Amino acid sequence: MRRSLLFIPGNNPAMLQNADVFGSDAVIFDLEDAVNVLQKDSARNLMHCYLETHPNQPMEVVVRINGLDTDYYQKDLELIVSDNIDSIMLPKARVVYLNQLDEMLTKIEKEKKMKKHIKVLPIIELAVSVLEVEEIVKCPRVDGVLLGAEDLTSDMEVTRTKAGVEIEYPRARIAMACKAYQIDAIDTPFTDVNDYEGLLKDALHAQELGMNAKSAIHPNQLDTINKVFLPTEKQITWALRVRQATKEASEKGLGVFSLDGKMVDKPVMERAEKILMKAEKFGAI
Amino acid sequence: MSDIQKIGSAGSVESNDCLVTISASDHLEVEIQSIVDAFFHDQIEKVVLDTLKEKGLNNVKVSLQDKGALDYTIKARLLTAIERMEAK
Repeated sequence: MRRSLLFIPGNNPAMLQNADVFGSDAVIFDLEDAVNVLQKDSARNLMHCYLETHPNQPMEVVVRINGLDTDYYQKDLELIVSDNIDSIMLPKARVVYLNQLDEMLTKIEKEKKMKKHIKVLPIIELAVSVLEVEEIVKCPRVDGVLLGAEDLTSDMEVTRTKAGVEIEYPRARIAMACKAYQIDAIDTPFTDVNDYEGLLKDALHAQELGMNAKSAIHPNQLDTINKVFLPTEKQITWALRVRQATKEASEKGLGVFSLDGKMVDKPVMERAEKILMKAEKFGAI
Repeated sequence: MSDIQKIGSAGSVESNDCLVTISASDHLEVEIQSIVDAFFHDQIEKVVLDTLKEKGLNNVKVSLQDKGALDYTIKARLLTAIERMEAK
């Protein structure tokens, strides 16, 4: 369960050394788009040495490798996969690539005698990946899916806008697929780092469609994202009342009851428990 | 490992980074320019020497321009410079 994931360029020492203080639930160290093709080796070595000296991070450690359609991904995996990371983010994800990645990770985990089972976060950034998303969420190791709107809109040959009409369908489809398999639906970054009002609006809309987390490209975006994807005080109060009323009803042998004039049955109880679980995880209660 | 008569370079002179250049030589030579030289010269030199030892390189010249890089950054940049030198 995540709310915020912060992208950090993999070849930037100044940002790497502060990665654990920004307050995101996960940090995505980027070896792909943020790194010039001539500096892939340099970024890979920097990440490797950084991870070796930072084995126990307070947040989830994700590394975005280069795509399986490039010449770089094998060296990325060989050097980066270890017990010092939690997840691999796979760009331009397809079912075929995810199955290949699973095989490679299994081999590396065995060779390095790792304790961890590395998770995978695929990025949906091709039209064909949107169509495959119902299969992608079922792939081994996948425990969250990220929408990559910049590449997706490029693939779709449509203009990327702040209103986001062009990504309404993929957002909803990804959220639906992820919720069906109880994994994280992670929204695309909001790319104007100076527009906080726009970020809030964008995050709230993503949440309305079923996204439960959002990626960030600047630490200043994290406060807004963490607040949006955390249950509100009002929701927590309601959920606590539902939990108490459910307990009292159960003692009376009731499966359905009324609270504030509204029916409370199993789906409502489950919703309340989900709110409380998230609030507890992120220290809101 | 035999010493290779070539040059490799990696890193930058951005803040918190360092620019490392390595080349073959007839002896071991480490040249350090750092904004924190007064406090960390010995520590930086130790990272360089340990990394060279790890890679089995004895006769090389290393020039390092440091802008406040941490140990893991110095090591990573040196490793990349060595790989680039060996690849040429």
